[in-house]
Amino acid sequence: MSDTVIQVENLGKKYIIGHQQQERYTALRDVMANGAKSIGQRLLKPWGKQSANPAYEEFWALKDVSFEVKQGDRIGIIGRNGAGKSTLLKILSRITEPTTGKIRIKGRVASLLEVGTGFHPELTGRENIFLNGAILGMSKAEIKSKFDEIVDFAGIERFLDTPVKRYSSGMYVRLAFAVAAHLEPEILIVDEVLAVGDAQFQKKCLGKMEEVGREGRTVVFVSHKLGSVTTLTQHCLYLEEGKILACDETAKVIEFYTNRNLQVQLESIGNIKFYRKYILSDSPVYFINIYLESDKQKGEIVELQVNQAFIIFLTLEVKREVYRANIAINIKKSTGDIVTTILAWDSEYRVDLEVGITTLECRIEELNLLPGLYLLDVGINQSTQTKAWDVIVDYPAFRVINYGNSMIIHRSNRTCAILCNKVTWRKVS
Amino acid sequence: MTQELIIEAGRTEQQYWKDLWRYRELFYFLAWRDILVRYKQTIIGIAWALIRPFLTMVVFTIVFGKLAKLPSEGVPYPILVFAAMLPWQFFSNALSGCSNSLISNANLIAKVYFPRLIVPASAVIVSFVDFMISGMILLGLMAWYDFLPSWRILTLPFFIIIAFAASMGAGLWLAALNVKYRDFRYIVPFIVQFGLYISPVGFSSTIVPQEWRLVYSLNPMVGVIDGFRWAILGGDARIYLPGFLLSLGLVFGVLASGVWYFRKVERTFADVI
Repeated sequence: MSDTVIQVENLGKKYIIGHQQQERYTALRDVMANGAKSIGQRLLKPWGKQSANPAYEEFWALKDVSFEVKQGDRIGIIGRNGAGKSTLLKILSRITEPTTGKIRIKGRVASLLEVGTGFHPELTGRENIFLNGAILGMSKAEIKSKFDEIVDFAGIERFLDTPVKRYSSGMYVRLAFAVAAHLEPEILIVDEVLAVGDAQFQKKCLGKMEEVGREGRTVVFVSHKLGSVTTLTQHCLYLEEGKILACDETAKVIEFYTNRNLQVQLESIGNIKFYRKYILSDSPVYFINIYLESDKQKGEIVELQVNQAFIIFLTLEVKREVYRANIAINIKKSTGDIVTTILAWDSEYRVDLEVGITTLECRIEELNLLPGLYLLDVGINQSTQTKAWDVIVDYPAFRVINYGNSMIIHRSNRTCAILCNKVTWRKVS
Repeated sequence: MTQELIIEAGRTEQQYWKDLWRYRELFYFLAWRDILVRYKQTIIGIAWALIRPFLTMVVFTIVFGKLAKLPSEGVPYPILVFAAMLPWQFFSNALSGCSNSLISNANLIAKVYFPRLIVPASAVIVSFVDFMISGMILLGLMAWYDFLPSWRILTLPFFIIIAFAASMGAGLWLAALNVKYRDFRYIVPFIVQFGLYISPVGFSSTIVPQEWRLVYSLNPMVGVIDGFRWAILGGDARIYLPGFLLSLGLVFGVLASGVWYFRKVERTFADVI
């Protein structure tokens, strides 16, 4: 078809991963040592089969991926960490070669895998605009004609001749995005660049991206934030372990994804390690389990009714005694938006823990969540000034469902999370 | 109608040389960046490009000319040394610049597509700018000693091209190897240091016994330096032709194989860097 701008056929990418390798690069020494070893083996056992090296293993980051993108389409790619999203983008933007398969692309491609690629700290803002523009594929004439616009967008007129190493990180990101936003490719490939900067700036970026889409240009967009994928794209690919599991309208794919996440959660209850963001080395305490109970029934649950009080249980292993610590719990929508943050300190509860295994109860009386999947972030630290000891992120904790009230069911596809139904309406005139 | 781009395993070759041309502005910008950055936050700035070769020349003149009393082919010893110092500094700077260029631009390589050949090539250009600047010292020396070059100076661009080819060829090899084997980070300074003594920089290659001249020319920089001396000094300076041709052959052999090897491993750079 003539309006297909990206056509991907049976794409595959294989990596060889070394299990014992610490460094990402090889040292000549190892190559020579391994070479000598294999020659030695061949001399000793010339008829013997070459044993497969157990230290190396094939790994298919992408396998048999095929899809098409039409002119002016905005397509999102979602999937968990390590599902092959970034690899796919890297191949699309020609940074690395596919192992198998074929891609046809019509039109000028610009890829933004990172904001501010190639910025040089020693150079001034003015110089970096030209350098970064050239790196992103703009011609010198093009940059010159858009120079004022870029400076304006970033709002850094006064610091144009200051080396960017003296910029605040906010200014740096703004300038970097300003350059990228003024690219005019026919196809734009974007990785999670929106994850940087403050909320206001992120909004600006989203706005710019929408504008790009409206102008009829093709956008391929990867993000963890299902929220921005929903607003920005019409179609979506869901990748898991290098394969496309769903490719449809965004709303349908996201539903598929959240359902699947719940399934994974059921399989991975107790597997909290999977969601650990980081743990401080020699941390005195860490989480070993998170689970929910509801008022009405005892025992662990994963489904909750609208309007139902619930209890979050946190089981911790304590290595050293801890006094007056703080625990924070984020309740998040599956799109990643935070519904609320619960701090132990808000309820004037100081966490004192003795060595051993302890379970804490956090009872939430009233939080009227709308139907949907909810995730928890859980963290523990001494105080807000110190680095957290242990942080668990995006733990798929529970799903809110609705039995009785059919009105809510029919409106379940809302972007908000909290049901506010203690409201009275009346006519005043 | 915009043209169609096909990405397929092992097929990027066809696009490559076209892309190299299309990305010429990036090439220009990278070289420009490196030149700008090179002497940022230094007090005397670009003067470093003059001071380093000048001081080396002074030391060599004293050690080889005054103390060892080596022959000077009838020209002032400082000019003899400097005529060789120019291509040698160019070569050695380009070599170390090139071999580190890919590593120091690792984030670019991992995040943006462009023909990777641009990176080491722009490193060579940066050294070439230094070369032009320190060329002014040679002019100064010539004025100081009232030395007038002959018509042969007109052939100098030809020898500069050879020096270019030598730097580029060896640089490409080392740059590509350095991505995979970081050992070359330690090997390169050694090559540069060692090369200064086995190349005829501080002395004239005529002091090498006749029967060893051909073997000596296996060092490609011997041909380049002899060529520079022949063009700049005029008069008594002679080129040992078989040796020069051997060096020339080696230079272009290294360049061709360098481009071949670089192209061969380039596609995996983003994965291993």
